Amino acid sequence: MATGTNWMRNREGMGLWEHRGKVAIVGWGQSHIDRRWDGVTLDRSCGGLTREACLKAVADAGLTLDDIDGLITSPDTRAEQTWAPRPYFEPPYDSEDGLIKASAPWIQKALGLKNVKYMESEAPYIGPMMGMAAQAVGDGLCKTALVWYPMVNLAGRYGHNNPQNNRETAPGPNAFTLPWGYQSGAMFNNLVVFLQYCKKYGKSHDGLAPLCLNLRRNGLRTPWSYYALHEPHQLTRDEYLNGRVIEEPLVVHDCDRPVNTCAAFIFTTAERARDLRQKPVYVLNHCQNGGRGRSSMATLDEHQQACASLARKMWEGSGLTARDVDIFNPYDGYLTFTQQFLEGFQWHGVKLGEAHDFYAGDIRVEGPHPFLSSGGNNGTGRTRACLFSDSLEQLRGTAGARQVTVRADTALAGCNTPDSCGFMMMSKHAN
Amino acid sequence: MSMIPGLERPAPVPNEQTKPFWDACNARRLVLQNCTACSRLHYPPTQKCSQCGAADTLEWKEVQGKGHIDVFFVIRDSRIRGFRSAQPINFAVITLDEDPGINFLSNLPGTAPGKVPVGAPVNLIFEPTNTGQLLPEWQVAT
Repeated sequence: MATGTNWMRNREGMGLWEHRGKVAIVGWGQSHIDRRWDGVTLDRSCGGLTREACLKAVADAGLTLDDIDGLITSPDTRAEQTWAPRPYFEPPYDSEDGLIKASAPWIQKALGLKNVKYMESEAPYIGPMMGMAAQAVGDGLCKTALVWYPMVNLAGRYGHNNPQNNRETAPGPNAFTLPWGYQSGAMFNNLVVFLQYCKKYGKSHDGLAPLCLNLRRNGLRTPWSYYALHEPHQLTRDEYLNGRVIEEPLVVHDCDRPVNTCAAFIFTTAERARDLRQKPVYVLNHCQNGGRGRSSMATLDEHQQACASLARKMWEGSGLTARDVDIFNPYDGYLTFTQQFLEGFQWHGVKLGEAHDFYAGDIRVEGPHPFLSSGGNNGTGRTRACLFSDSLEQLRGTAGARQVTVRADTALAGCNTPDSCGFMMMSKHAN
Repeated sequence: MSMIPGLERPAPVPNEQTKPFWDACNARRLVLQNCTACSRLHYPPTQKCSQCGAADTLEWKEVQGKGHIDVFFVIRDSRIRGFRSAQPINFAVITLDEDPGINFLSNLPGTAPGKVPVGAPVNLIFEPTNTGQLLPEWQVAT
């Protein structure tokens, strides 16, 4: 049952996924994307964009709203602040729900959905949420699930409005982190691990430049992306290396850009998927990593072990191996940790310590190693959903200027970080 | 206050689980949980042993304040209010000599930002916060 964490496939030894090939993704919708919400245009608020993405996904699948019987979303919209104390608007924008998140009841009401029998508004972030959705359909909790993931960016410097960063005290677990300036695991711990990686393998920060430039290149080939719409400029190596330093050596170009947007997907049974508008993309497995390192900071060894375990779980549950994976879209929110996934899954044979050499090769979408063909979050803006939507498009053959020239029968995508993530294996074929 | 000019650290707030650690800091002692069943140290404090899973075998043990600098970076654009007036500021990971699997965070008071001798030995000191609570810090050994 897709409740609590019992639905997770977070242990080795669980065998082939019981719903392998019996669940399919049949619809996708991407809303407009802005850097921030302007605080005025309600169609571009979290609720407005969610509504737009959901309607697009239903239309893409060739379904009607009456076909939807499951609603799944996550409150992890990264708003980091509330709309209050500013005045609210007329209904349905008269509460935080609709402005900094869009819950299942909110979208049910906004779209007038009549046949919903399963709702989950407290799903985790998108990586595991996609697995949760597949499991819910496989388990029969619903037949056709509408699944959405908004990302919210209000006015103000990112993170500076987060209450915990402005307190004079550090309660709970923060007592062991904030007093030394530690501000986020994704940024700080993964930068520590990156530095340990560089020390161990004799690498340096500039080894990330080819990845960053190629992600922007792919992002500019994504018509809806933040950069294609608002800043259509191909980043240069000099610009990357001379970017504003955030935490030296991490520069601003290593960090995905917070945006205001929403993406939605439709999951249904393989049987229902057969006669819909789109070619089904079947789910072959989902798996998750959770937990933390032994001490204050997880180490390179611990992250490498976590990614190796993640890969073993994925191969075991899907019945595939690294050689079978055509499209690979792991999270790139900070470029410092993406290499852990690449080396952990050993995509295209990349082994420990080899990621930077791989980046320096041909990773263009038209080349032999189209790594992160999505452009990632670094190249499109931090939607996180782009990892899954590009996978879907590549398998459908509708990725346009990003369409890879190598085989595109299977795709592996997921996020967030090595020690906390959810990945999903997708395929054109159910078996 | 901190030896680092401009730094206003958020003050740790002890809870039932962590009070022995913070009380020991106020007495200028570093104590960690030690599992008496499998002799594994733990930091930050935890509810059960991460190695054997036992919950009733964790006892506080004083450790020597000796460590080494593993890696570091320099905070230049902090989101944390109390650090913005102190940046650039070092952020280092210190491994404990008694068990290098245990690591601590440090801003390395007394070491200029970016001038960090990676691999160098460090000694434990304690720095006050605005509530009077002391916290463990590390200085390059001279």
